[in-house]
Amino acid sequence: MDAIILQILNGLDKGSAYALIALGLTLIFGTLGVVNFAHGALFMIGAFCAVLLSRILSMSYTTIDETRTDFLGNPMQVNVPYAYDFFGEAAGQTIIEWAVPLAILFAIPIMILIGVAMERGLIKHFYKRPHADQILVTFGLAIVLQEIIKYYFGANPIPTPAPPAFTGSFDFGALLGFDANQILYPYWRLVYFIFAAIIIGAVFAFLQFTTFGMVVRAGMADRETVGLLGINIDKRFTIMFGLAAAVAGLAGVMYGPIYSPNYHMGMDFLVLSFVVVVVGGMGSLPGAVAAGFLLGILESFASMREVINIIPGINQIIIYLVAIIILLARPRGLMGRKGVMED
Amino acid sequence: MSKSNLTRRGVLKTGAIGGAGLALPTMFASRANAYTNEPTGSTVTLGFNVPQTGPYADEGADELRAYELAVKHLNGEGDGGMINTFSSKALKGNGILGKKVEYVTGDTQTKSDAARASARSMIEKDGAVMITGGSSSGVAVAVQALCQEAGVIFMAGLTHSNDTTGKDKRANGFRHFFNSYMSGAALAPVLEANYGSDRKAYHLTADYNWGYTTEEAIRSSTEAMGWETVAAVKTPLTQTDFSSYIAPVLQSGADVLVLNHYGGNMVNSLTNAVQFGLREAQANGKNFEIVVPLYSRLMARGAGDAVKGIFGSTNWHWSLQDEASQTFVRSFGTEYGFPPSQAAHTCYVQALLYADAVERAGSFEPCAVVEALEGFEFDGLGNGPTLYRAEDHQCFKDVLVVRGKENPTSEFDLLEIVEITPVDQVTYPPDHPQFAGGALGSCNNGA
Repeated sequence: MDAIILQILNGLDKGSAYALIALGLTLIFGTLGVVNFAHGALFMIGAFCAVLLSRILSMSYTTIDETRTDFLGNPMQVNVPYAYDFFGEAAGQTIIEWAVPLAILFAIPIMILIGVAMERGLIKHFYKRPHADQILVTFGLAIVLQEIIKYYFGANPIPTPAPPAFTGSFDFGALLGFDANQILYPYWRLVYFIFAAIIIGAVFAFLQFTTFGMVVRAGMADRETVGLLGINIDKRFTIMFGLAAAVAGLAGVMYGPIYSPNYHMGMDFLVLSFVVVVVGGMGSLPGAVAAGFLLGILESFASMREVINIIPGINQIIIYLVAIIILLARPRGLMGRKGVMED
Repeated sequence: MSKSNLTRRGVLKTGAIGGAGLALPTMFASRANAYTNEPTGSTVTLGFNVPQTGPYADEGADELRAYELAVKHLNGEGDGGMINTFSSKALKGNGILGKKVEYVTGDTQTKSDAARASARSMIEKDGAVMITGGSSSGVAVAVQALCQEAGVIFMAGLTHSNDTTGKDKRANGFRHFFNSYMSGAALAPVLEANYGSDRKAYHLTADYNWGYTTEEAIRSSTEAMGWETVAAVKTPLTQTDFSSYIAPVLQSGADVLVLNHYGGNMVNSLTNAVQFGLREAQANGKNFEIVVPLYSRLMARGAGDAVKGIFGSTNWHWSLQDEASQTFVRSFGTEYGFPPSQAAHTCYVQALLYADAVERAGSFEPCAVVEALEGFEFDGLGNGPTLYRAEDHQCFKDVLVVRGKENPTSEFDLLEIVEITPVDQVTYPPDHPQFAGGALGSCNNGA
C-alpha cells in the first residue's frame, strides 16, 4: 500500500511537468493550428532563466585572500557577491538562495517576449503550410535554441538548488499512519505539484472567465466566424502563443531543483509531451492535463521493481503502450473533439 | 639439334636483371604501403576523436585542451609538462621522430556510429596515423575495432567498461584509464572500513554495457566482503527523473544504494536520491549510505552539494601531490586557468605514451608501436609506477578512492582523496571471468 501511495506521489510531480508542457502545446495547436516542436525548448529556456537569474544575483567582484592559495599556489582569489554589499551578507545570501522562486517573476516577461518573437518572426509564416513543414521548422528552431544555450552555458547540467527552506523531504507515511521513513517525499516536489495546479487553474480561469479568453475559445472553435465579427483574432492568438511560452517556461523554472538544467532537457520532455497531447485528445486542454497526470503516474508504476520483474522492459515502453491502447479504444484520445486534425 | 648460348656471365646478368625486375614492384610497394598513413613528409598527423557535441561535450573539450597541450609539449613549445617527469627519456621536444606533430579533430557525439565515421574520416582523408580520445565505452569499443581493421593505433580516452580491454580488446588498442573491476576492488575495502561488512546493497544500473560491467564488479567485490545485494534494477539510459526508481529503495530493506550511473544519469540519480532524504535516512539501525563507483569532477560539479560525503573512485585527481601530477596541473592551469580533469589527464598521458613508444620503436609502424608499448613499465605520469600489460593492453597502476568534499574551497575542489589503493590490490589475471571472451589477436599494420 505504501509503495502504491509513493508511486502515485511520484507520478504527480512528473505528471505536473508533462501536463504543463502539454497544456502549452495544446493551447498553440488549438489556437494557431501549429504543431510546435520547439515547445520543449521553451521549457528548457525557462529552466535557464532560473540559472541566469541565479548567476545575475551571484555576480561578484574578486578580492585576494593572502592567507589561502589556489591550485597553482598563487594567493586565492575570492569572489564576493555584490548582493552582500547591497543587502548585507545574510540577506544577500538569502536572495541568492531564493533565485529559483524569484526567477518566476524574471521568466514571465522573458518567456512572453520569446514566445511573441517566435510567433511573429517565424511561425506565422508557416500557418498555411502543411503540418510536416511546421514540424520541420519548429524542430530546427528547437535545435538552434538548444545549441545557443549550450554555447553560453556549456553541456553539463547546472545545479539549481531549491531554497534551503524546501530542501529535505516530508514524511508522508507518518501523516497517513505508516511507519516512519516509509513514504518520504521531497518538499520541492510538493511545491512543484501545487505550483502546477495553480498555473493550470489560472490558465483555465483565464480562458473561461475573461472576455479575452472567451474570444480565444470562440476563435479555437471557429476562427473564420470570429474574424467576420470584426475581431482581430490573430493578435489574440499571438498573445496566446506568448502565454503558452510562459507556461512552458514557468514549468521549466520550477523544475530546476528537481532536474539540474541542461541544454537537452527540452528534447527529453518533448516527445513524451506530444504523446500526452495525442492521448489527451488534440486541442483538448482538460484532456492534456488529465493525460499528463495519467501517464506520469503510470510511468512511475512501471518503474517498480516488482512490475519490471513480471514484464521486463515495461518501464521503457509503458507510455507508448498505453497510448496505443487508448488510441485504439478512443481514436480521438481521451477528450478529443470531432473535426480537430481531421480532414 | 640446337646449340645453347648459355654462358656463366650471361646467366648472372639475366638473373640479376630478372631478379631486380621481380623485386622492383615489391620494393616500391613496401616503401609506399608499409603501413597505413606512413608519414612521409616533415610532419605527422594525430587524430583526436572527442565528444564536441552531445552530453559529454564539456568533458570532450577538456580532452581536447589536454591533447593540444600535449602537442605543444611534444613539439618543444611551452614548459614541456610531464615530458620532464616521465621516466622514459626518449621524447626530446622535437616532435615525434623529428617530425612536427600536427593534429585533426573529430566529433564522436558520444555515438558509436558518429565516432566511427569521424575516426574513418581522419584516417582516410587526413592521414591520421593514430586515433585517440572519447568519453564512453561504447564509443571506445567501436573505434578500437575500426582502428584494428584500418591498421592504425588506438589510444583510448575515458572508457571504464571492463570490455574495452576484456572481451572487446584489440591488438591495436591501448587503455590507460582504469576499469570497473579496479573500481570495485579499490572501493570494497574502503566501504568495509567505513560502513562495515554487514550491509544490504540496492543497485541502480544504467542499462548499457558500462553499467553491466560496473554492477558486476561492485557486486562481486562487495559480496566477497559480506555485503548482500538486495536488488539490482536497470534504468533506461535516457531516464531523466529517477524518483520512481529511488523511492522504493528504503522499503526494500537495503541500507546502501549503489548508483552505477555516469554523466547526466549520475547527476540526476544522485540528486534525486539526496532529495528523497536517503542521506539522512536510517535503515536496519544504520545510517543509509550512497556509493557512486565512478566519479568525475565535471559530473560532481553538476550534482552540486549532493556529492558531499559520498565515496567513489577516480583515475587521477589534480590534488595529487606527486611531482608529475603537480607539473601537469601547473602546466595545464597556467595555459587554461583551471585544473585539469581526469579525462584531460588520461588523454594527455596517452598522447605522450604513444609518442614515446614511436621514439623507442624508431618507427610509426603500428606493430612496432604495439611491441614498444606491450609490457612497458613507466613512472612520472601522475599515477606512480605503471605497467602496460602485454596480454590485454590495460594499464595497471594505483587507483584513487575519493569522497565528495564537505567544505569545498572552490568550484574545482569537490573531491578529496581518501585512499590510494596500491596496484597489487586491483590487479587481476588476464583470464579473469569479468574479462572473459574475445582475443587480442595480432596487430595490423593496414595498407
